[in-house]
Amino acid sequence: MIECQDISKTYVNGPNSTTVLKGVSFSIADGEFVAIMGPSGSGKSTLMNIIGALDSPTDGSYRLDDDDVSKLSDDELADIRMRKIGFVFQSFNLLRRATVLRNVMLPLVYAEVDHEERVRRARQSLIDAGLPEKWHLNKSNEISGGQMQRVAIARALVNDPSLILADEPTGNLDSRTGEIVLSTFQRLNREQGRTVVLITHELYVAEHADRIIHIKDGGILSDSKNPNKRVVHESHEDV
Amino acid sequence: MKTSDILQETYWALLSNKARSGLTVLGIVIGIGSVIAMIAIGQGAQGSIQSSIQSLGANLIIVFPGAQRGPGVQASAGRGSAQSLKLSDAEAISRLPEAKAVSPEVSSRSQVAARGTNTNTSIVGVTPSYPGVRNVEVDQGSFFTDAQQRSSEKVAIIGPSVRDDLFGAGNEPVGQVIRIKGSQFKVIGMTKAKGGSGFNNQDDQIFIPITTAQRYLTGNEYVSQIAVQANDEASMASLQSGVTSLLLQRHNIGDAASADFSTMNQADIVAAASSVTGTFTLLLGSVAGISLIVGGIGIMNMMLTTVTERTREIGLRKAIGAKKRDISLQFLAESVALTFLGGFLGILLGGLISWAVARFGNIASSVSASSVLLAFGVSAGIGVIFGYWPARRAAGLNPIEALRYE
Ligand SMILES: Nc1ncnc2c1ncn2[C@@H]1O[C@H](COP(=O)(O)OP(=O)(O)OP(=O)(O)O)[C@@H](O)[C@H]1O
Ligand SMILES: [Mg+2]
Repeated sequence: MIECQDISKTYVNGPNSTTVLKGVSFSIADGEFVAIMGPSGSGKSTLMNIIGALDSPTDGSYRLDDDDVSKLSDDELADIRMRKIGFVFQSFNLLRRATVLRNVMLPLVYAEVDHEERVRRARQSLIDAGLPEKWHLNKSNEISGGQMQRVAIARALVNDPSLILADEPTGNLDSRTGEIVLSTFQRLNREQGRTVVLITHELYVAEHADRIIHIKDGGILSDSKNPNKRVVHESHEDV
Repeated sequence: MKTSDILQETYWALLSNKARSGLTVLGIVIGIGSVIAMIAIGQGAQGSIQSSIQSLGANLIIVFPGAQRGPGVQASAGRGSAQSLKLSDAEAISRLPEAKAVSPEVSSRSQVAARGTNTNTSIVGVTPSYPGVRNVEVDQGSFFTDAQQRSSEKVAIIGPSVRDDLFGAGNEPVGQVIRIKGSQFKVIGMTKAKGGSGFNNQDDQIFIPITTAQRYLTGNEYVSQIAVQANDEASMASLQSGVTSLLLQRHNIGDAASADFSTMNQADIVAAASSVTGTFTLLLGSVAGISLIVGGIGIMNMMLTTVTERTREIGLRKAIGAKKRDISLQFLAESVALTFLGGFLGILLGGLISWAVARFGNIASSVSASSVLLAFGVSAGIGVIFGYWPARRAAGLNPIEALRYE
């Protein structure tokens, strides 16, 4: 459960300050699949950083489940991220020389999970994210872009987070591979009840979600159910 | 983050950049290695100088001409070159009850020639009591006698190094003739090799009767030092004060502070030599220490580069839940691992150098356990000190900016 109340964010650079978010309020229930959409520079990533507990709002309150995240120290934020949030980035951000499996296990290192449990959970996440076992021991720079994004999704899943945050997850992929990755999010949302927040500037991508929050110039333009959800068939989902 | 994970991450990180890790470790290896070797050589020199001082003879007090100085300034100009002690002083000292034997000497350096070859060596005018007082043994021929001294005969006993230089190793020196400052001397004996090296080579000397030395070499009646042997160790102090008051009286000096001679007992000499070799060890050690600091700067340089290169990785680790402490420990562990490895290899290198110096350079050296421990401590310390700043920098990165870093 995400509850944002009047969130604003102002960046101060010496004498000049930029207000990027101007009082944004919305809430997202568990199990929703929401797209946050808006043009470049509208404040999407800024909003994602706050929802993802990477940054604190200048004003307003943000509650994630039962935690008030808006006024925590750096290390407390790190703890929230470890327990509740899985990130998927546009540029994958994998450790290049490490194996696929080790990349997925990385969050469990900081959660201090036992080694055997780590391997078990990482392999399960990879299967859930749609990467078959034969790839698990490859180096992460030996696989295709679509597969890399699956590894990143598996890494986001491995801590069993209450929220998966994806910032332009298809930005570095061709349209077909992007479609497949989006179908993976849809499946995880449908089958495992994961809350997914997808950030994009493309309407086409946003239309894969159930609900679209449209932001512009730091405010919410519209927030409504998506009437024509694009559903990708499972049969397309292979890499 | 568990310790085993920190070690695992460190292992991966260092292995993924073998060449750079290796070169950085090399800096520490050279630093630690040279510290170990230099301290070993310094301490070895100290040991060998002390034992050679002991081998000068037992329970000795040495009287030098010139003003009294503290024991730390043994090498000061003036002492030994001043002219205030005569043979008659030595004879008077020998009548003191605590004095077992007295050995005055006149020393100078001179060119010595024999059959077309020549060498520059130290010529020491002594009395027949010298071998007994100074632990010198005669290997071939014999030392000169009282009669030969009284008549100022031109006879010489040479050290083995002088024999090697003038006649060649293994050749019979006794009976040969050498020229010292234009006068012909007959070689009547050779001393037994005593060892010692460099500036302290006791085998590179020629002994002649002291009266001969005064007549033909120095041309005056003064002596350059008087060695007095006490009956036993317990009588050293009373002998030293006895010698002092006797000489003050003989030289008509009322105030001991304006004495024209100085006395030094063997303990003073050992202390003076120790302070010289201690300074020497410190000097060598600090030169080596500087190279260690350079090695440490290499570590810092590498760690800063690593942190910059891995900015995105740090951002990612923070995004998935790494705390400041996890990040800084990871980078500290990397730098300490580098210095520890360097320290270990450096100890091996230092041991090897000091072994080689002892084996091929004939300079005593000994690697002490304390210097090995010190080296380990220092290398770990360097890892922490020079790794701290880069690690802090990594831990302090803002995850959002780090993830955006190109
Ligand atoms: N650290 C910062 N300091 C100052 N201004 C910032 C900072 N970060 C972002 N901004 C500004 O905030 C505005 C919104 O940035 P943000 O990254 O949230 O946009 P976005 O919607 O994600 O755009 P895009 O689609 O291009 O990723 C931009 O004008 C940007 O210049
Ligand atoms: Mg953005």
